[in-house]
Amino acid sequence: MSAALSVRDLRVSFKTLLGTVQAVRGINFDVEPGEVLGVVGESGSGKSVSFLGIMGLLGRSAVIEGSAKVGDVELVGASPRTMRKVRGSEMAMIFQDPLSALNPVHRVGAQVAEMLLAHQHDMTKAQARARAIELLDIVGIPQPDQRARQYAHEFSGGMRQRVMIAMAIANNPKVLIADEPTTALDVTVQAQILEVIDRIRKEMGTAVVLITHDLGVVARMADRVQVMYAGRVVERGDVHSIFQQPDHPYTRGLLHSLPGLGRERLTPIPGAPPNMLQPPSGCAFRARCAHATEACAGELPELVSVRRTETACVRATELEVIS
Amino acid sequence: MSDPVLEVTNLTKNFTVKSAKGLRVIRRTVQAVSDVSLTIGAGQTVGLVGESGSGKTTVGRCVLRLIEPTSGSVKFQGEELVGMKAEQLRGLRRQMQIVFQDPYASLDPKMTVGASIAEPLDIQKVPGNHSDRVAELLELVGLAPDHARRFPHEFSGGQRQRVGVARALALNPSFIVLDEPVSALDVSIQAGVVNLLQDLQSQLGLSYLFIAHDLSVVRHISDMVAVMYLGKIMEVGPAEDLYLRAAHPYTQALLSAVPEPDPVLERERHRIMLQGDVPSPINPPSGCRFRTRCPIAQERCAQEEPALVDRGQGHPVACHFPQSVPVAVHAR
Repeated sequence: MSAALSVRDLRVSFKTLLGTVQAVRGINFDVEPGEVLGVVGESGSGKSVSFLGIMGLLGRSAVIEGSAKVGDVELVGASPRTMRKVRGSEMAMIFQDPLSALNPVHRVGAQVAEMLLAHQHDMTKAQARARAIELLDIVGIPQPDQRARQYAHEFSGGMRQRVMIAMAIANNPKVLIADEPTTALDVTVQAQILEVIDRIRKEMGTAVVLITHDLGVVARMADRVQVMYAGRVVERGDVHSIFQQPDHPYTRGLLHSLPGLGRERLTPIPGAPPNMLQPPSGCAFRARCAHATEACAGELPELVSVRRTETACVRATELEVIS
Repeated sequence: MSDPVLEVTNLTKNFTVKSAKGLRVIRRTVQAVSDVSLTIGAGQTVGLVGESGSGKTTVGRCVLRLIEPTSGSVKFQGEELVGMKAEQLRGLRRQMQIVFQDPYASLDPKMTVGASIAEPLDIQKVPGNHSDRVAELLELVGLAPDHARRFPHEFSGGQRQRVGVARALALNPSFIVLDEPVSALDVSIQAGVVNLLQDLQSQLGLSYLFIAHDLSVVRHISDMVAVMYLGKIMEVGPAEDLYLRAAHPYTQALLSAVPEPDPVLERERHRIMLQGDVPSPINPPSGCRFRTRCPIAQERCAQEEPALVDRGQGHPVACHFPQSVPVAVHAR
C-alpha cells in the first residue's frame, strides 16, 4: 500500500531579526490511507509548524526544505498554482479556532459550496449547493438545509468545527490534517467531534493526522503516535506500545506528568524546552533528561527500533524497561 | 471539621444583556449563577468543574466580590461579605486572593516581576522592606530572588504562573481562588505548578477554590468537587466518591467524555454521548436545566426542578432519577 502522505527530511526554519529559528529539524514519516497518526508534543515542538509548512501556509519568512509527497505530487517547492490545486482536494486542514477560519459575511452553505466549485470544475452551482447540504448532514449538523443559509456567528463552537470538517472533506482528500481540532471545545462537544472525525476516516478511508497536546485524545483516536520534541521526532510506535512501553525518556516523562489514580504527587519534567535559535548539540532533551550522559551531546540521535517502538535515544537500550 | 473559611449560601448572579431586535434594544436577564451553595473548610480544596457557560468563573468572582452578587450570602471566616462597605472589604481582601488562567495577561508587561509582586503590599500599605518579602516569595514559588528584576516576557509560561502565585501570596492570604491556573500550560510544566500549589497549601494552611474544566487535575487536587451546569450545581461530593460513584447523568456523561491516556480503556469503554450543545443561559430549560441533553429525561424533569439533596447516593445530587451504574472509567 502506498502512503497517502510521505515526508522525508523535512526542515522548517524562520529568518528572524535574532537569527534563524530551526523549528523543524529533519523529520521523516508516512501516513497510510485510513489510519490516524497522532502527533504529540509541547508548544514549540514543531508539531503544527511541520504541517503548516507542508501545506504551504507559513508565509515568506519560512524556509522549507526536504520532501513531502501526497501521492506523486511533491509539495516542497511546488508552485502556488500546484499548491492551490492540492490544498482542499488532496489534503485539507482544520484548525483549533473554527470561527477565525470561517468567513463571517458569507453563508455557511456557500462556503462549503465554494470548496466544491474551486476543485470540481464540471459541477454546477446548484449541484454544489445540494452537495454542500449533504456534507453538512454527513458531519452531523441537524436541519442542514436551513443551517446552510445561516452565518458562522449563528453556530456554536462545536457546530462551527463540524462546518470546517464538511469543507475539509468536500473534495474527498487523501489526507486530513486536524490541528488541535477540539482544544477550544468543551469535553462533551469534543467527544462528538472526535466521533465525526473517526467516522469519516472509516467511511471515506481518509488518512488523518491528529495534532494535539492531549494524550487522552491520542489514546482514544490514534493508530500510531509520533512524539515530537524540539523539531525532531523522538519516538514513534503503535498507540499501545507508546502508552504501555515507551522507551524515550521524554515520552515517559510526559506520561508520568499526568495526574492518575494513586498518584499522590505529580512528576513534572524539570526545566524548559531549548531555544530553537541555538538548538543544543546532540539530543535536545538531554538538559532535562535524568539519564543524560556525555554521549548524548554528540550526534543527533536517529529513530531506531528498540523494543516495541522506534526511539531517538542513544541510551534507549540501556534504560530499564517499563510497562 | 473546624469552622469553614468560606460559606456560600444561595448565591445568585444575574447579568443584563442588551440585544438589538430591529431598532429596538431589548434587555434580557441571564442567570449566570443560580442558587449555589458551597462550603470550604480550612486547608481544604474545593474543585468547581463545568463546561463553558456553567457559571464556575462567575462563582469565583462573586465569592471575592470582584463582581457584585445579585442575591445570596458569602461568609468569609464568619463575616458576611455581601453588602459589606468598601473600606472594610479592602481589609479583608488581604485574606482572599485570586490566580488567573493567563499569567501573561494578568502581569503588567512594563513592570518588573518584583514590582508586580510588591504591588499588593504597596496598595495595602504594608510596613517593612518589600524587596526582602519579594525575594522570599520568589523562593517560595520555586524561582530565584534575582528574577525580581526581570520582566514577564523573559519567563516561560510555567514561571509566569509561579509569579502569579507569588503575587497572590504576598499578603499572606488564607484563601485563594484559582481560576483555571494550569489550563494554559503544557502537561510537563502543569505538573510542577500543581505540586507547588499543593505544597503551599500544606505549608501555609491555605484553602482553595479550584476552578477548572480539566477533570483529571481537579480530581487530583480537590477534597470536594462540585459539578456545575448552566449556573447550577448538579452534584457535589468528596472527590473520590464523586468520580467513582457519579450519580447525576451529567456528571456521568462528563466523566465518560474525558479521554483517558490509556488506549486499551479508551477502545473498550462505554461512552455516554450527549447530543447538541449547552443551551443558552438567557432562556434555560424549565425544570431541570440539563433535561434537554439528558439521556434519561422524563416528563417530571420538565415540570419540577430537582433539589440538590442526597437521595441515598452518599452525596447530594440534583436529579430526580439518580443513576447507580458506575461509569467505566479510571480503571488504570
